[in-house]
Amino acid sequence: MQELLQSLAPWLSDNAIFTPATLAQYWGGFVNTVQLVFISLVIGLFLAVPLSIGRASPIWIVRKSIWLYTWIFRGTPLLIQLYIAYYGLAFIPGVQDSAIWPLIKDPLYPALLAFLLNTAAYTTEIFYGAIKATPRGELEAARAYGMSPMLAYRRIILPSALRRALPAYGNEVIFMLHASAIASVVTIADLTGVAYNIYSRYYAPFSAFIFVALCYMVLSFSIQGIFRLLEKRMLAHLQPR
Amino acid sequence: MIDFQGYGPRLLEGALLTLELAVLSLLVAVVLGLVTASARLSRLAVLRLPAIIYTVIIRGVPDLVLMLLLFYGAQIGINQITDMIYDRWGWDIFINIDPFVAGVITIGLIFGAYMAETFRGAFLAVDQGQIEAAESFGMSPWLLFRHIRFPLMMRHALPGLGNNWMVLLKTTALVSIIGLSDMVRVAAEATRATHQTFLFMIPVALGYLAITSLSEIGMQWLKKRYNAGFEEAS
Repeated sequence: MQELLQSLAPWLSDNAIFTPATLAQYWGGFVNTVQLVFISLVIGLFLAVPLSIGRASPIWIVRKSIWLYTWIFRGTPLLIQLYIAYYGLAFIPGVQDSAIWPLIKDPLYPALLAFLLNTAAYTTEIFYGAIKATPRGELEAARAYGMSPMLAYRRIILPSALRRALPAYGNEVIFMLHASAIASVVTIADLTGVAYNIYSRYYAPFSAFIFVALCYMVLSFSIQGIFRLLEKRMLAHLQPR
Repeated sequence: MIDFQGYGPRLLEGALLTLELAVLSLLVAVVLGLVTASARLSRLAVLRLPAIIYTVIIRGVPDLVLMLLLFYGAQIGINQITDMIYDRWGWDIFINIDPFVAGVITIGLIFGAYMAETFRGAFLAVDQGQIEAAESFGMSPWLLFRHIRFPLMMRHALPGLGNNWMVLLKTTALVSIIGLSDMVRVAAEATRATHQTFLFMIPVALGYLAITSLSEIGMQWLKKRYNAGFEEAS
């Protein structure tokens, strides 16, 4: 990356704002944003699969408690969840002397916690909707073969439900990317945070924010492209011939 | 009773501001969405192209970045224009952008793009025969829109509209970042001052949940209204 920036230097010689130094900052912000979003999405995805199965469970207490979790996390702004994770953990009396303080002091971990719980809630509802849309005939066929519920979930319900959820999940990924911009509020130097710093240093809102908007657009369209490819492969059986 | 340590009235004012902001931006978004959806369905490429560019850009960029760009950028842009006017004609104009107005315009602009997509799909779902019948009655385009196209379209648009409203409501929390004292900002200030996160954040979260639950009831009522004359599917 350093060499690339150095090679760009002659091109930028008469540009006051986009110097190799600020571009390096943008690159750092890009890495932070992608990391934050990717880690929360992966963990959120792994949480969402069992949660969505539980959401469809015949046991009342399991079903209702997972519903309550998704209702709360989907009904309140992510910003509130971020504040609760960030300040709530840091201001617990005595936590500053405890062993987990180094983890909480860094805003990255509270932000990750808020983001992954939030995306897990949305993803749970998406998967739950897909599970509920499983054709009755498939379920009856699985039962007729003597499959246990576990086996039926693994071999019949999940493979088709997760495929069906793919378009909605793609939207959720882009949504998460856009929502991650608020990480800058708790002093994380993500793309938006870097853009804000550069804006306030040079008082150049158009250059700083339009450039970062383009970065986000490139990311969004790449994600959209990846999901379109995935859909083509995974949902090939639904394509018109 | 819970002791809000003197922040109680400000929290209530913040809640009111959140509501005002959400309702006003919803109005802006619906109008913009209707205009943009109509432009996208137009036969003229001059109208179609800007509408497509607008929806693609808005949906590719985070709300917060757009808000920062419009809030900080608009002031500088307007200052440059008024400076130019002063240099050329000697008129001294000073326009100060109010954060509330900036918030309403930005959120309206963002959700106008989402509304446009909802409305576009809904307009396409309206039965063509109804339009033809209205035309053969000699209705003017505006009358046709008011009495036929809009009410029929709303039935298809309502689920998406309700969804957009919920997302919009939660997006209003972002205005606390550009300096508006909505309930999130008051709660954050109170938290920093008193170190009692849950005392302030949980009531605010409950406030949002209350508004979304009430909206759910409102949606049911609207659905009944616009579904009048149509059989329920199940």
